[in-house]
Amino acid sequence: MIPELGYGATVAALALALWGAFATATGGRTGRLDLLRSGERAAIAVWILITACIALMLYAFLTFDFSVRYVAFNTNRGTPFYYRVTALWGALEGSIILWSWMLSIYTLIVVVQYRRRQPELYPWVLSVMLGILAFFLLIMTVPAPPFERLQPIPPDGRGLNPLLEDSGMITHPVALYLGFTGFTVPYAFAMAALIVGRTGEEWITITRRWTIIAWYFLSLGLLIGGWWSYHVLGWGGYWAWDPVENSAFMPWLTATAFLHSVMIQERRRMLKLWNLSLIILTFGLTLFGTFLTRSGIIGSVHAFTQGAIGVFFLAFLALVLVGSFALLASRMERLRGQGELDSVVSRESAFLLNNLLLVAATFTVFFGTVFPLLSEAMRGVKVSVGAPFFNLVNIPIFLGLLFLMGVGPLIAWRRASADNLRRNFLKPVLAGIVAAAAFSLLGVGNAIVLIALGLVVFVAGTIVLDYVRAVRTRRRSGDGWGAATWGLLRRQNRRYGGFVVHLGILVIALGVAGSQAWSIETETTLAKGQSVELGGYRVRFDGLEASEESNHFKVTGAFTMTNGGRAPAMLHPARKFYPQEQTPIAAVDYRLGLMKDVYLVLGDFARDGSQATVKLKINWMVSWLWIGGLVLTLGGALAILPERRRLA
Amino acid sequence: MSRRGKFIAGGLVIVAAIAYLIWAGVSQSVVYFVTPTELLAAPVPSKTYRLGGLVMPGSLKWEPKSLDLSFTLSDGKSSVPVKHKGAPPDLFAEGRGAVVEGAWTRDGYFKASLILAKHSEEYKAPHDGADPGYKELMKSLRGEGR
Repeated sequence: MIPELGYGATVAALALALWGAFATATGGRTGRLDLLRSGERAAIAVWILITACIALMLYAFLTFDFSVRYVAFNTNRGTPFYYRVTALWGALEGSIILWSWMLSIYTLIVVVQYRRRQPELYPWVLSVMLGILAFFLLIMTVPAPPFERLQPIPPDGRGLNPLLEDSGMITHPVALYLGFTGFTVPYAFAMAALIVGRTGEEWITITRRWTIIAWYFLSLGLLIGGWWSYHVLGWGGYWAWDPVENSAFMPWLTATAFLHSVMIQERRRMLKLWNLSLIILTFGLTLFGTFLTRSGIIGSVHAFTQGAIGVFFLAFLALVLVGSFALLASRMERLRGQGELDSVVSRESAFLLNNLLLVAATFTVFFGTVFPLLSEAMRGVKVSVGAPFFNLVNIPIFLGLLFLMGVGPLIAWRRASADNLRRNFLKPVLAGIVAAAAFSLLGVGNAIVLIALGLVVFVAGTIVLDYVRAVRTRRRSGDGWGAATWGLLRRQNRRYGGFVVHLGILVIALGVAGSQAWSIETETTLAKGQSVELGGYRVRFDGLEASEESNHFKVTGAFTMTNGGRAPAMLHPARKFYPQEQTPIAAVDYRLGLMKDVYLVLGDFARDGSQATVKLKINWMVSWLWIGGLVLTLGGALAILPERRRLA
Repeated sequence: MSRRGKFIAGGLVIVAAIAYLIWAGVSQSVVYFVTPTELLAAPVPSKTYRLGGLVMPGSLKWEPKSLDLSFTLSDGKSSVPVKHKGAPPDLFAEGRGAVVEGAWTRDGYFKASLILAKHSEEYKAPHDGADPGYKELMKSLRGEGR
């Protein structure tokens, strides 16, 4: 029953989305309100239908309805309750339902928020969003139907990918998809503004808001992805320049570029064309990322199912890019900037350079990701460019961005005088140089790390300088430090939210530099009672224990870790054997610390438990990534809050 | 020079620098992907390759004490002996596909510094997944993961 109901709801939603897109567009063109209202109702009905699809799929998972192919392939009777819920988006077809559902929610928010406030743009925004939603519903109807029936009905399912049995599975895809789908809203507003020909100020405000929201979720998704990679995959790293990671990172980079260049447009009425291009590019990259990861043309650790879906995405991507840029070209006259650049030493140029570097980073990531494809297609030679390429090219770019992060917010608009430069940058520059010199004397030998440390101190210096000045100004009116800080965060939440995000990035930068430079590892085979030593830590192998879990068999190692005089800690890395898998999956154990993580992976072992091969890693400063990520998301949340106008 | 000229010149310099970075990055870090047949046709010692093939049943030897791992990778026509220092990674097993990164040595074996094993999102029931076969293997090797 469920396959038929689900498929029916999908087809009905597709028809309604298509009608809605058409009706709202016609309503917008002719001004016929009845059509617009009909399209609006269609949007609401689409949301209800997709919600019904989600409910049906959940019901099928919870009741083990193996007549649904997707359920049978992604769960079995042993799958624990919460992983049966998350299995909903554990594979391709279910992810598309979740994706469409989020898109329909965003559409609903647009209806509620803007039907009265933006009467001119609104019909077109709704039309574009429903059009995109129709595309995803088409995917759910033709190439990747989640409600496909399975005949004959198997007695048990195949089970969920064991790597997906993790709490990160609840948050990582949800945050990532909220980010990806969120970029549809700014894109729809950009298109609507172009169609209506109102490229004035209000669309840019709305677009900026929505870009921050999508950016916020995407950042969160990337960070949780890093954490997942770190604590589940057992290779001890958080970022591998894997094609799937890259395809989520690229829209993040262009969205970050937009969030900066939009300030030039707001302030100086320049760069309209550029900003629109960034919005289109960001949305295009979300589609491209989905195409890349879901079409199977590029191998990845994520190894998603392959299928005809790639062709659909490629065609849609081509349609979106050609259509959007053609529209942009036809409105070129209206998009001429009103301002002009006055000086090379100005905030405008700092932001321009920031944009240039962010787009360059996007391009290098894009190039490195598709280079193997290009090489194979053009020369017939299979090659790979791995992490060394991305690191080599991106480290200088990111160091440049770090430098600009200090310059941009404080340098004067239009033309910075020598006095402005001295007032704002003399102390931070000196602090950066002193810090780099001090760390060099302390024995940090790695030049890149030293440069990064110096830059981080420089940027932190500019932020502190600005903050102290702003607080002093407020204190003159009698506020205490706390009240003044709160006032700044609340009244100028955009600027100070931005600073908090920058602080988060600085902490992340330190984490990346430290972990890349100082992490160490060793691999060895230990007999029972034997110990391995690394970086002052001593880990003793105490034995193995086997246990049977609901859906797998588990061998757990017992290890005692000692570090100087501190109390010993027990570590329990394991290997899990899933019946549907032929080889075991490692479950790492770790002790996180502010400066150092101890990370232990159980490898091969003797069946009698007399010996075990382990990989021991001392990872430096990885925790800074998670702390920085937390700071960054706090700053992002602050920047999303509506700005309170100053009363005075 | 006019202001506009300065901006354009500055932009061009930066674009050129980044183009150079990409060029240098590619030429330094590109790794060719070869099959055992292709490798044996023209082995260049100590050049980094990625070698993909099927782990020959019966060829896997693992010495926990010394961490010596050795196996043979085959593409159906030729086979290459591979040696590696370290425990076999997850998802690595005889009869399965694997990609190794490393270099050919003058002693007549491939010294792997990295083993990449692949898995798919949907899990196969044990009975129909026991022998992936060469076709399946080559499909899974078309791209390589980490």
